[in-house]
Amino acid sequence: MIEVRLFAYFRDNRGKILYLDVNEFKTPQMILDHLGIELKDVAILLVNGRHSNGEHILKENDIVAFFPPVAGG
Amino acid sequence: MSTSYNLKMLRVNLSNGSIKTEALDEKLAQKFLGGRGLGTKILFDEGVAKVEPLSPENKIIFINGPLTGANVPTGGRYMVVTKSPLNNMIASSNSGGVWGARLKYAGYDALIVEGKSDKPVYISIDDDKVEIKDAKHLWGKTSEHVEESLKNEYGQEASVLNIGPAGENLSLMAAIINEADRAAGRSGVGAVMGSKHLKAIVCKSKRTVVEPYDKEALRESVTHCLKLIKENGVTGTGLPTYGTAVLVNIINNIGSFPTKNWQESEFANSEMISGETLKEKHIVKQGFCHRCPIGCGRVINLNGKVVGGPEYEPLWAYGANCGVDNLEAINEANYWANEMGLDAISCPTTIATAMELYQKGYIKEEECDGVPLEFGSAKAIIEWTKRIGLGHNKLAKLMAQGSYRLCEAYGVPELSMSVKKLEMPAYDARGIQGIGLNYATSNRGGCHVRGYMISPEILGLPQQLDRFETKDKATWTKIFQDLTAVIDSSGMCLFTSFALGAPEYASLINGATGTNYTPTQLLEVGERIYNIERLFNKAAGMKAEDDRLPNRLLKEPIPAGPSKGEVSKLHITLPEYYEARGWKDAFPTEDTLRRLDLL
Repeated sequence: MIEVRLFAYFRDNRGKILYLDVNEFKTPQMILDHLGIELKDVAILLVNGRHSNGEHILKENDIVAFFPPVAGG
Repeated sequence: MSTSYNLKMLRVNLSNGSIKTEALDEKLAQKFLGGRGLGTKILFDEGVAKVEPLSPENKIIFINGPLTGANVPTGGRYMVVTKSPLNNMIASSNSGGVWGARLKYAGYDALIVEGKSDKPVYISIDDDKVEIKDAKHLWGKTSEHVEESLKNEYGQEASVLNIGPAGENLSLMAAIINEADRAAGRSGVGAVMGSKHLKAIVCKSKRTVVEPYDKEALRESVTHCLKLIKENGVTGTGLPTYGTAVLVNIINNIGSFPTKNWQESEFANSEMISGETLKEKHIVKQGFCHRCPIGCGRVINLNGKVVGGPEYEPLWAYGANCGVDNLEAINEANYWANEMGLDAISCPTTIATAMELYQKGYIKEEECDGVPLEFGSAKAIIEWTKRIGLGHNKLAKLMAQGSYRLCEAYGVPELSMSVKKLEMPAYDARGIQGIGLNYATSNRGGCHVRGYMISPEILGLPQQLDRFETKDKATWTKIFQDLTAVIDSSGMCLFTSFALGAPEYASLINGATGTNYTPTQLLEVGERIYNIERLFNKAAGMKAEDDRLPNRLLKEPIPAGPSKGEVSKLHITLPEYYEARGWKDAFPTEDTLRRLDLL
């Protein structure tokens, strides 16, 4: 399984955490398509805490995190 | 021809009670912009670098930028510039709210306070009527009380800045609070006010506008900037919806969220103290400073009372750094930091430091007077904040001097997570190389808002840099520091920089003041400001080895998580930075000073 973490308003009507089958969702882009989020609206995409991109090939037990444009100081 | 500068300053001497106005030289103002830059230049020229920070000889300047009070987005910020009693270097702390705009409308670009009163006083400014008044009835009172009391006397439209008990007790992490929850927080500026027996400054004015140099040009620039701010995902949606608190989950997910006084870099229960949880459970509404279209402030319900809520920094510092996952307790501790007039970064990080000292057996239970300094204790973060502010017992008085002196007293100064004695904020620099370089080279010490490298290294703004890499970090850090010096000196909020760049700031400043700065020239003004601060520090006795990071960041790799194994590579980035700045052994060369017209 892959753990998918959503943050800020990406959680609206989607929840905080989803568990998906890696055989079905091979890349972050495929997860985003499933969630109805466009890649261009993702400001930070992490795979296992490292910045990554939509084409990253996922493997079992990976953690994928999506953040919209947010910041602070 | 009009300009958004008043070209007038107010000088109050508390030793002899004199109150004078003096002209501000327009060319000098333009050369150092205002705020942070001009304030440092004035102090430098008046020899303040050599004085004892808590003596009557120190001066404290409350100073606006040209855009403070002007009709520009976020144009309402002021700076407090003085010599820091925490580290004997330049202190310049920025605050929002409405106080700065009130001072501008009253007719002054700056208020310079010198000397020392022999009894507690406050200063009242009502346009031309400026008075030093007895503050006996306010001394010992907390921020909310002082604010209410002076507003009852001067009217609700008056703005009040004040120190709480912490400043009166000369805590080296005492802040200056305005509008009850806005703070010029860092470097112990509140202690300088306390040392002068100056409790508060209340300011009001009949005027509510400043006339810019070119009204039409400024209006065009403002329209353009407002559009950029509204359309930008961060300033248009992210910050208004979640405030800065949304960073909790981001920084924890990359494994750079300092935990238990930086012994770890991941906090298992970060969700419980996150911006998302804060929004869901406690937020009443957004908070706005003067002329702000963003509204990053969080107004919360605290046990039935509506108060300013915690920003990202205190959520981290009272939360993960103290091992506390109780959001209600963090909200309450943050409230007490404001009430006591304490910096909401340095106070909780000093509590976290004390918790490590307790964990390791340096601080004994009998010193804790019934509230053990255990990691995870919700009671401890609330009670010790109050105790530090009030100087409750021997340990509280020691903690009030900041984490460095606390650790030094127990013989382990290396456990203080500080740079130049100022506690570092909520980003573990071991996994983010540029922010570490910024901490090490910041003129006021461990601070993120001198060059916010988190923007390119984590948030991807204006472009994504590899956070683990050292390459190009020196030049990026320099540019961020120089641009920040411009923004801090202009009177605008740093958060606009998520949407605006040097061309927009140049256009706003030119329209308001009649300068003709190109973006490149404006960045050079920022560089001049950064260098005058460094010259102040040199004159004050700063040494090259003060540009450093704690050993924990250089030698102890992050133990677990996405940033596991990382340390700061300052030995690579620091020499590159000095080269980019034209500095030798941490200080500007003669060529650099000549280039920046600082000789």
